[in-house]
Amino acid sequence: MTDVVFRLLRTPQGAMGLVILVLIAAICAIGPDIAPVDPEKIDFLGRFRVPGAAHPFGADQLGRDVLSRLLAGARTTVPMAVAATLLGTLSGAVIGTVSAYLGGRWDEAIMRTIDAVMAIPGLLMALLVVNTLGKGSLNATLAIAVAFAPGMARVTRSVSLAARRQDYVSAAIARGEGGAWIVFREMLPNVVAPVVIETTIRVAFAVALFATLSFLGLGAQPPASDWGLMVAEARPFLHQAPWMLVAPGAAIALTAIGFNLLGDGLRDALNPRDER
Amino acid sequence: MSASWLIRRILLIAYTLLVVSLLVFGITQVLPADAAVMLLGENATPAALAAVRAKLGLGDPAWLQYWHWLAALLRGDFGMSMRTGQPVGPTMLVALSRSLLLAALALALMLVFAVPLGLAAALRRGKPIDLAAGIVSYLGVSLPEFVTATLLLLLLADRLHWLPATGYVPLTDNPVDGLRHLGLPVLTVSLVLIAHVSRMVRSETIDVLHSDYIRAARLKGLSPRRVLFGHAVRNALLPVITIVALDVGYLLGGIIVVEEIFAIPGIGRQLIVAIESRDLPAIQAGALIMAATYAIANFLADIAYALLDKRIRYD
Repeated sequence: MTDVVFRLLRTPQGAMGLVILVLIAAICAIGPDIAPVDPEKIDFLGRFRVPGAAHPFGADQLGRDVLSRLLAGARTTVPMAVAATLLGTLSGAVIGTVSAYLGGRWDEAIMRTIDAVMAIPGLLMALLVVNTLGKGSLNATLAIAVAFAPGMARVTRSVSLAARRQDYVSAAIARGEGGAWIVFREMLPNVVAPVVIETTIRVAFAVALFATLSFLGLGAQPPASDWGLMVAEARPFLHQAPWMLVAPGAAIALTAIGFNLLGDGLRDALNPRDER
Repeated sequence: MSASWLIRRILLIAYTLLVVSLLVFGITQVLPADAAVMLLGENATPAALAAVRAKLGLGDPAWLQYWHWLAALLRGDFGMSMRTGQPVGPTMLVALSRSLLLAALALALMLVFAVPLGLAAALRRGKPIDLAAGIVSYLGVSLPEFVTATLLLLLLADRLHWLPATGYVPLTDNPVDGLRHLGLPVLTVSLVLIAHVSRMVRSETIDVLHSDYIRAARLKGLSPRRVLFGHAVRNALLPVITIVALDVGYLLGGIIVVEEIFAIPGIGRQLIVAIESRDLPAIQAGALIMAATYAIANFLADIAYALLDKRIRYD
């Protein structure tokens, strides 16, 4: 484990991604406490105030401090995306593993159905699910999990099938190792790495997707300072107050970049032979 | 490509559409909406509501309703929009044609930028161009479409006035103005594609340059230029087809947001309007047409791959 972290820190992407994500995790943990002012404090005289000493990132259409809203909003944006990805990964992994285990015709039928479901674009799937369940952060999280499950099922299945066919697994079987040994010592470590990499990169997608749902008015609801919602609220005032748009947009981008960098770093750290 | 492969592949598309139709029908069944109230409004009398329900067969069991819907679909009848009273099929297909134009322009722009960028990055590994390509690809992969779209809107329309902000002008009305209105949406959508494809081209080119046949070509004394363009590029570009085919799903999702932001009456915007107004036949038709587009694009990609790469034989 420490070995992996060490190798991760030696890849430029991994180190950068880790730094960004530690920063964002810290903001999620203590963001509302370090916010200079109350993120929901309305100040009509200070509407659209230009970024400056009082408001480092400016003020919005109700005179609320954009920096404070950004710091408070991390908590409603990032953990939801992580939760959605984990839920999607878990359900996908169960389907994928079961399919690989059953094999043969069942495997074929399950995978063709998964492929069919994947013909519906993820965003459309999420839109349909969230409209069925009703607006809100929690339902948006569930919708993203549903949208992610088929893709993760495909990944876990192919990885577990590949792990099963490796020579060292055959060697372990030939040595007469027990089933538990083969699954936990030989197969699992080689299944976990690709799934962890895929999951990390998918969190970046989930951040984007969650923000998109909020942007379309289906995720977090006002007056929450969810980042996607902040971009949506900033749009009508694009001309007057571009900072309202740039700040949450940059926050979303930075988070997604952090997870993408970490995912790539992990790929390099966990596959030392692959030099790409 | 044998005939049996083609038949199996077409059967798979049919199966895909069947699964999608079941799924979409199921979702529209549980969507909180009462079709009769949607059609007649909140003030309709119970008798009128009952009459409409009987006419639409809303009291029938779900499987029977699905069967009627599917049977009509197979005759090419997607049903009537609850919002406009117009047939849904033609509306959605016209909308799809606008979306496909947007997608085609985005793909063309992607090819123009992504391939040279990826090649340059592979040939100058670790140099500034490689770093720049890396930054572009991280930005493209990480920025959600609505952020890219609003930032481009801010920069190119609001500040620089290079392109119109929103709206749609049919190309048949005014080709120049029509293309200018498509500028921002196309840029937005193509950024993600450029990110994916340039990265793919870079890593494939690096792989191919390390392969034995490239070493053989070099040892044969071919000039670096011939090695690169005669041998390496061809093979490095093949996987691009696969990634583009996979990106079609992504592209269709991205188009939903982009069309909404830039007010383009394509299939994505139609779907959002349909979902918002609980126009069930329109949701069903739109989702099914999107899935069909995805399935057909993947089919075409498989064929293109086989035609370009003689080693691949589907049987």
